[in-house]
Amino acid sequence: MPLMRHSNEVREMAGELGKYKLCVSARSADKAILKKAQDGGIVTQLFKFALEEGIIDGAIVAGPGDEPWRPRPFIATTVEELMSSSGTKYNISPQVSWIKEATRSYGLDKIGIVGTPCQMQAVRKGQLYPVGLRDVPDKIKLAIGIFCMENFSYQSVKQLVEDHAAMKMEAVKKMEIGKGKFWVYGQRGQVVQLPLKVTHKYEQPGCHVCLDYVANLADVSTGSVGSPDGWSTVFVRTRNGDDIWSKAIAAGCFETKPIEQVKPGLELVTKLATEKITKNQKTVEERAKFGVNKGLRNPYLGPK
Amino acid sequence: MGLLSRIFGTKSASSEPKAKPAVKSDVEKKAETIKKEEKPVADKITVGHVHMSGCTGCLVSLADNYGGLLTILDKYADLVYGLTLADVRHIPKMDVALVEGSVCIQDKLSVHEIKEAREKAAVVVAVGGCACYGNITRFGRGGQPNQPQHESYLPIGDLIKVDVYIPGCAPTPQLIRNVCVMAYLLLKGNKDQQELAKKYLTPLMQLADRGTEACGCDLMYDVVNQGLCMGCGSCAAACPVRAITHEYGKPNVNREMCIKCGACYAQCPRSFFNFDVIPEFEGIMDAIDAALK
Ligand SMILES: Cc1cc2nc3c(=O)[nH]c(=O)nc-3n(C[C@H](O)[C@H](O)[C@H](O)COP(=O)(O)OP(=O)(O)OC[C@H]3O[C@@H](n4cnc5c(N)ncnc54)[C@H](O)[C@@H]3O)c2cc1C
Ligand code: SF4
Ligand code: SF4
Ligand code: SF4
Repeated sequence: MPLMRHSNEVREMAGELGKYKLCVSARSADKAILKKAQDGGIVTQLFKFALEEGIIDGAIVAGPGDEPWRPRPFIATTVEELMSSSGTKYNISPQVSWIKEATRSYGLDKIGIVGTPCQMQAVRKGQLYPVGLRDVPDKIKLAIGIFCMENFSYQSVKQLVEDHAAMKMEAVKKMEIGKGKFWVYGQRGQVVQLPLKVTHKYEQPGCHVCLDYVANLADVSTGSVGSPDGWSTVFVRTRNGDDIWSKAIAAGCFETKPIEQVKPGLELVTKLATEKITKNQKTVEERAKFGVNKGLRNPYLGPK
Repeated sequence: MGLLSRIFGTKSASSEPKAKPAVKSDVEKKAETIKKEEKPVADKITVGHVHMSGCTGCLVSLADNYGGLLTILDKYADLVYGLTLADVRHIPKMDVALVEGSVCIQDKLSVHEIKEAREKAAVVVAVGGCACYGNITRFGRGGQPNQPQHESYLPIGDLIKVDVYIPGCAPTPQLIRNVCVMAYLLLKGNKDQQELAKKYLTPLMQLADRGTEACGCDLMYDVVNQGLCMGCGSCAAACPVRAITHEYGKPNVNREMCIKCGACYAQCPRSFFNFDVIPEFEGIMDAIDAALK
């Protein structure tokens, strides 16, 4: 598929989708990556390329933690380590907690990091206001954002899987949120779907003031929404992201399709982004009147 | 981004599309041509380093900008006061006072100097945890050799009004650099530059307004207890003494280890996140780099 570049200019979408130079539907050209990836293997493939090209010398990914499906930030410096951490874990991995340590204990000069939109916000705040991130701002060489409607605590996911879906955590092969349902796939082939009505109350509270769905501040951001199964929607956002993405395309890392030619396409992405942001904006406003003449903090107005 | 290239007069942001053309009067057009002919750098600001009870780590951090510091001193700022760097005895009038350290209230000279700094400086910046929050000096109880009676140390904001906070122990060279560039733009820049500088500095001014106490507990009081934590991990990354770990995605502060520097809370995206500045990270970082070339 030829790479379609619709315009060289940064597009200012109404805000929900952020600025981007390019949007395509894509998947990794590597079968081994696709086999283990959550969607089109964009994250693992792009980090692999960046690692092999020396663009980064390691990436902070969500690696396996102490319990089944419990992630922890993990600094991958080899392709094997990248591969072993692909796939989505629907609970919090405090990715940014390792960003300074990566430059110290691990001695990385060129860091890659993958994270949710809020974690991309944290990375950019850290670059512009590096209060406790000495010498880190210039070392972030590839920030990949993943779309995110909400996240869960580990205990929430455990409760969903064990109590609601009646499966053991260690028996789960994959979890997925899509088509309005929370899907749990078992190792033995069983599939349980939970309506999102059930999952809502388990969501991380901090997510309810989140005003970003498609990781507007990443270099490259990606998610499943908008593209067919096994493919990913990809936004190439910054100059740096564009540079790396173009090189990866030239190296044959990805198959791509113009986003206009896939179903359901950008329309659904825009719809979900707008819904999320509108709902959470309302929550932010309601928090101001939470008590009797007293409200809750609004981080978008300042630190007080 | 058109705004940014206009603001800094740099080429770096020129690949970005121009700001939407608006209908302009002839007067405005003329004003613009005049503006364009202005040098991007007008006259320098005057800066002083005021040393209270601090370990000189903040000053070392400033110096750790290496070439960047030389550029700042060359193009933007004259250092008019500084115990270790400038041979001046008394605090002179200056645009910006960078104050390091807390004030020992049993030391008459320190108390006098901090008040004098406030009188002589247009903008007072508390540089580092000690000046902002007391930091490690909060644990001082006197008894140390030479001046055992020096036992009470206060953040400078308990004695004078402070305009801008740069928390952290040590504060980072990069944040000090960014604030210096923005302070310059605020005082000497054109209208657009002043506007950006004001927006950038606002949260650091709000931190100064917020108070003189900081602790890892702020993450509980003002983030987790407020239903705002989303588990990014920034707080743990920022802590200079590794007092913060994450338990199931939420910060857990080892309160015995916390030195009260204020870095964790200031770094947290849910303490402040200014949508009018941070999303412009690419252009602003380019511009700061260009300014320091
Ligand atoms: C909590 C959460 C909610 C999401 N919600 C949506 C959504 O609403 N719509 C949508 O289209 N997409 C959503 N995604 C993204 C989607 O599930 C995929 O992660 C994304 O499409 C990348 O797939 P991939 O095949 O390109 O990546 P892969 O090659 O499979 O790699 C995935 C990468 O993500 C990292 N990762 C996994 N879990 C986490 C985590 N918890 N925190 C940080 N990094 C992690 C892995 O370490 C790996 O590097 C969500 C992801 C998460 C973690
Ligand atoms: S919904 Fe927002 S706050 Fe919650 S994990 Fe996703 S990006 Fe972070
Ligand atoms: S927990 Fe760490 S970063 Fe936070 S105030 Fe204490 S020492 Fe500073
Ligand atoms: S920095 Fe992130 S993890 Fe730490 S308190 Fe703030 S939101 Fe929570």
